[in-house]
Amino acid sequence: MPQIEETYDVVVVGAGHAGCEAALAAARMGLETIIFTVSMDSVAMMPCNPNVGGSSKGHLVRELDALGGEMGKNIDKTFIQSKMLNESKGPAVHSLRAQADKAEYSRSMRMVLERTEHLTLRQAEVSEILAEGKVITGVKTCSGGIYYAKAVILCTGVYLKARCIFGEVSYSTGPNGLQAANHLTESLVKLGIPVRRFKTGTPARIDKRSIDFSKMTEQKGDEHIVPFSFTNSEEDIKREQVSCWLTYTNEDTHEIIRNNISRSPLFSGAIEGTGPRYCPSIEDKVMKFPDKDRHQVFIEPEGEYTNEMYVGGMSSSLPEDVQYAMYRSVPGLENAKIVRNAYAIEYDCIDATQLKPSLEFKEFQGLYAGGQFNGSSGYEEAAAQGFMAGVNAARAIQGKEPVILDRSQAYIGVLIDDLVTKVTFEPYRMMTSRAEYRLLLRQDNADLRLTDIGYEIGLIDEERYAGFTQKRNAIEEEIKRLESVAVGANKQIQEFLKQAESTPLKTAATLAELIRRPELSYEKIAPIDEGRKPLPPDVVEQININLKYEGYIKRQQQQVEHFKKLEKRQIPTDIDYDDIGNLRKEARQKLKDIRPASVGQASRISGVSPADISVLLIYLSSR
Amino acid sequence: MFQKDTIAAIATGMTNAGIGIIRISGTEAIDIADSVFHAKNPNKTLKNIPSYSALFGNICDGDCVLDEAICLVMRKPNSYTTEDVVEIQCHGGVIVLQNILELLIRFGARAAEPGEFTRRAFLGGRIDITQAESVMDLIHAKNKLAARSSAVQLQGKLSAKIRELREMILNHIAYIESALDDPENYSLEGYSDRLKIQIQETVSQIEELLSTAEEGKMIKEGIRTVILGKPNAGKSSLLNRLLGEERAIVTEIAGTTRDTLEEDAVIQGIPLKIIDTAGIRQTVDTVEKMGVDKAKKSVENADLILYVVDGTRDLDSDDAQIMGLLENQKVIIVVNKTDVEQIVDKQWITSKIDAPIVEISAKTGDGIDKLHECLKDMFFHGKLSMNDEVYITNLRHKQALMEAVNSLQQVLDSIEQQMPEDFLSIDLMAAYEQLGYILGEALEDDLANEIFSKFCMGK
Repeated sequence: MPQIEETYDVVVVGAGHAGCEAALAAARMGLETIIFTVSMDSVAMMPCNPNVGGSSKGHLVRELDALGGEMGKNIDKTFIQSKMLNESKGPAVHSLRAQADKAEYSRSMRMVLERTEHLTLRQAEVSEILAEGKVITGVKTCSGGIYYAKAVILCTGVYLKARCIFGEVSYSTGPNGLQAANHLTESLVKLGIPVRRFKTGTPARIDKRSIDFSKMTEQKGDEHIVPFSFTNSEEDIKREQVSCWLTYTNEDTHEIIRNNISRSPLFSGAIEGTGPRYCPSIEDKVMKFPDKDRHQVFIEPEGEYTNEMYVGGMSSSLPEDVQYAMYRSVPGLENAKIVRNAYAIEYDCIDATQLKPSLEFKEFQGLYAGGQFNGSSGYEEAAAQGFMAGVNAARAIQGKEPVILDRSQAYIGVLIDDLVTKVTFEPYRMMTSRAEYRLLLRQDNADLRLTDIGYEIGLIDEERYAGFTQKRNAIEEEIKRLESVAVGANKQIQEFLKQAESTPLKTAATLAELIRRPELSYEKIAPIDEGRKPLPPDVVEQININLKYEGYIKRQQQQVEHFKKLEKRQIPTDIDYDDIGNLRKEARQKLKDIRPASVGQASRISGVSPADISVLLIYLSSR
Repeated sequence: MFQKDTIAAIATGMTNAGIGIIRISGTEAIDIADSVFHAKNPNKTLKNIPSYSALFGNICDGDCVLDEAICLVMRKPNSYTTEDVVEIQCHGGVIVLQNILELLIRFGARAAEPGEFTRRAFLGGRIDITQAESVMDLIHAKNKLAARSSAVQLQGKLSAKIRELREMILNHIAYIESALDDPENYSLEGYSDRLKIQIQETVSQIEELLSTAEEGKMIKEGIRTVILGKPNAGKSSLLNRLLGEERAIVTEIAGTTRDTLEEDAVIQGIPLKIIDTAGIRQTVDTVEKMGVDKAKKSVENADLILYVVDGTRDLDSDDAQIMGLLENQKVIIVVNKTDVEQIVDKQWITSKIDAPIVEISAKTGDGIDKLHECLKDMFFHGKLSMNDEVYITNLRHKQALMEAVNSLQQVLDSIEQQMPEDFLSIDLMAAYEQLGYILGEALEDDLANEIFSKFCMGK
């Protein structure tokens, strides 16, 4: 039978948040790229919550933007509400979150893909990975088409053997009733890639017209909006914002759930996959936290041109009739009409310890993976991995070293290091507490941390890079000036300090020392700083943070220096752990399984002790 | 542990050979040594003398002189570790050496891990792989011992206390982190004030633990000294006499001590772990028999045995059984009850056992000073030694407690300065890690587990 045969550099399987970033990165780096999706209508689809960002996830998006990714720009174009979370807390945990217009987000991203040179979009289900021995050569689609490529990036999300379940009902479909990908798993298993099964879930969508908002608390967006992308200013993205609404479950809700819990597929055992603990279904919350008399419910618009409202906090896989009763017990939802049922979804994914830190499979040259397929969860986590996989696939083809961000450089580094080093037993979600050096990994300085790398990769253009360098210089120069300009304990200064409710000076002090006082800031000392030139707000922000938290930042920088030493000690890929006499048995096995790339990574494997690391270090030095 | 920080350790064993050496290695070795060492010539410091030369002076803790010492400076790369090394040679006993080491640690050195000097030597290219490998064997053996001792030595009460403090800290971290992760659900309003009170309380509790550590009671350490003898020979009386207080129950009834009793004492500057045992005799009483078996077992791990002989009675088959246990052991024969007429054949005993003999009355205290002298003699002539690993572990525990206090103090400072809560959880985490180090527990996924089990997270 005649077949279609085409040749590309890079094949991306899946056009969700990981796949889009992977394909855009590879194509923008000049490689002929084709991206496959089971439906052209599901490009960059948001099948669950209608927002981007949030605690630590917002960091990922900002980092991605600094490196040259697309997610930040796309949400800036399509958000309908924006909030900076944790504003009252330290700068390290400030986190942006925006409500997206889902349809717009998807449409806008698809347009970006369609307008990108070297990028081909194709609706087809990939059913087979083609390989010659341990080298990947391309993919085959269900309809028999063959697409040769030097690299294949798997971003299959939740589609592999997907099954949607609520109550006694179960469909073999992907999210939103989209076609599942039922063949690829077999091909993976045939290649010797073990898969496992994870689960996640989503709440119902309710018709806006059936909701009584007067019984809920309105949640507005911020007055001053911080863009996700460093390329945008507040002015660029100003728009009318749409509100979200807060209401609560109550004892009635919990009673309904408890009475029907036996009908939940989670409790009856019909669901075999492992779900995430941080994003529990409402029935999980009620059963596991019986002391809580109410749980928050956020009613969030899915877009500007739809009546569908997302019921945040009440994902469920209970039967349809129970869902109705349960939602209607919540104040404001008494007459709720469900547009789409809540459901749980199960899917095949991998244990990402099979991957190198570059996201290439250890066993297969040219095969990469990103996103939920790697056992993570969340749009932002997926996008970050997809981007790195795309960049590294492209660089491998170009004969360049992979770009690997470490734990002291970016949340993206923490995310990928955790995924490829630690065996996780539930979908992995980013959290700020996972980052050891979070005072350094702030969302406000993502550009300062990563733009150089983005430029080096080739995804930050000259113009943007010039602007960035200017900003960086301005910060450095101004801090230097503030450290060197001193003010005396004269009348004018003392008077100023008195008015600012700050202690008077005993001897002369530098302006930097004054800024470090909790009650003062760069802006506040303007009256006594005569040599000041006007600076943009993002530069001022960096000056304040760097001066005010200097002690803490320095402490973390010292920790990072220590950390880097082990991180730099590479372990050759041909190392034979059986050859190292003194390793403990458990450590030897773990090292053989995970095959860490550096001694630093080895030290983070559970079951590898400091003594084993000594042994390893000595062995490496003797080679 | 692989940081190129400055490490220190007692290089001579825990035996006392009249001279003790402490080695310091690392970038700050000379600075740290200078901050505790005052040369006799006030114009000289270790920093300004050439490599491989020495100064004579005092090691001082503030105004308090700990010992006279000679300090030898070896500058990098021409030292064993290829780093800057200072060797402090002094003549104080073990306790003085410990005090000096602790002083160095207060000034920024870290207690060296087993084999760490050698590892640095290897990584610096000073020794070759075969040498290094044999050291690694040693490290493994020692680590095993250290792990065991840290588990074994922690008294149950202490580890329970640390566990409790640690859980409390983790709970606070988890709450703060939950609030950072899900700010719309968990509020930190007023949290710092509550935290402050709890942390102050925790700091004082750890400080209390540290002060008991000073007295040497925190961890079971010292020379394991087993008191052995037949029933009613006066073993418990001897223990009480050594401790200077009524600890064991003393009665006229033979077989009163049915279990082993352990107590710490410092005699002539030598730390002892004294173990009182049940009298050894043929018995049909099951409970007493268990005690007897336990006594026999404790002999196996003993560093020293005090064999208590009842001077008012003849030797019998029970004594014969005991003497059988004394083979290849370090023993002091203690003939007790000199306040009453003596009938025991001392010569016969010394002909059977090669050990010094001391006559005392545990009841009146007569002759106890001779026993003290005898102990000191054996120790200072190197006939007695304690497990140095035990001591090092002990010291690390202490260091960990001190660092935990420092971190918690940092938390209190940050609250004082009205720093945001996310800064607090960083130092809380450091304290949590330090306490975990004492229990030998790694971090793993503690925090995530705590967050998810205690707090209902996510939408």
